[in-house]
Amino acid sequence: MIPAEHYVILSALLFVVGGVGFLVRRNVLVTLMSIEVMLNASNLALVAFNRSRLAHVASQTYVGQSHTGQVFAFFIIAAEAAEVAVGLAIVLAFYRLRRTVRSDEADLLKN
Amino acid sequence: MTAVGNIYFYACALMALVGALGVVASKNPIRGAMGLLLLILSVAGLFLALHAQFLAAIQLIVYAGAIVILFLFVIMLLGPSASTPSDRRGIAARVFGGGLFGIAGLAALWAVVSSAMAANRAMPMPVPDDSFGGIDAFGSVLFADALVPFELSSGLLMVAVLGAMAVARGRQGQKSMSKNELEVGASPFPVEPQRQLPGQTAGVFSHEIHLHEGSERPKESAP
Repeated sequence: MIPAEHYVILSALLFVVGGVGFLVRRNVLVTLMSIEVMLNASNLALVAFNRSRLAHVASQTYVGQSHTGQVFAFFIIAAEAAEVAVGLAIVLAFYRLRRTVRSDEADLLKN
Repeated sequence: MTAVGNIYFYACALMALVGALGVVASKNPIRGAMGLLLLILSVAGLFLALHAQFLAAIQLIVYAGAIVILFLFVIMLLGPSASTPSDRRGIAARVFGGGLFGIAGLAALWAVVSSAMAANRAMPMPVPDDSFGGIDAFGSVLFADALVPFELSSGLLMVAVLGAMAVARGRQGQKSMSKNELEVGASPFPVEPQRQLPGQTAGVFSHEIHLHEGSERPKESAP
């Protein structure tokens, strides 16, 4: 059995890789994909912690071990789908204005 | 059995790291999207190992089936301009910021891991129920305890779809378009050429033009 720490360490490594990509790259598409990497890393940590802390819960509809981390990850996936849809629409609108997808060309509000 | 589990975890972890590095390092965004796909598949595999079967299925359907495809659509819609040529402008600031984030993150990870090793307190791994993470138990929690956020997330998705349509469609008709949009011909409908005042150039508002009598105004029908 792999200990839960390994999952958390892998999640931290993925988060660092995604964050470095978000800060270093200037292609807006790659920036969005780096955000995806970071959110996937956080999902992995949430599910690993859920697996490690199995509290017993009893409500009217469900008696068993709690799924709090997994439900959190589920909502993160939903929010991420919305974020990608809006983000890619903004990329398209920006491309129509500037004919490029470089983030440092997005200076319409400068000065 | 444990050897198989170990090999499975390390294979998935290695593929996830390779995919993440592919996203960050690839010049071609299509290769980046393929790296994202590899990362998503291996994270779904890790979800399976963590007894989260339903989340693994959701991860495959929503991520691999929808999000990566959406990225590929946009990349191919933009064509060759989806990949930006590299230049060195501002590279010092970017490398400094990224390096600072990377070093800080790795240092925090190292500090946490070393203190955990020193305290010698492992995270517990209790045995889950058979139904744990399955669609039955997950649905019972989702539709009872998390019902309100679930309904709110449906509202979020609908607003996001409407917003994405409004933003990506752009403003139709040149009367509602801004000057920048008019310049690049952003509308799918052809834009009539603007009537140019004498002395007017791009980026100059009409009230900024100072007309000097006789100097710039074209002579009108001099006899």
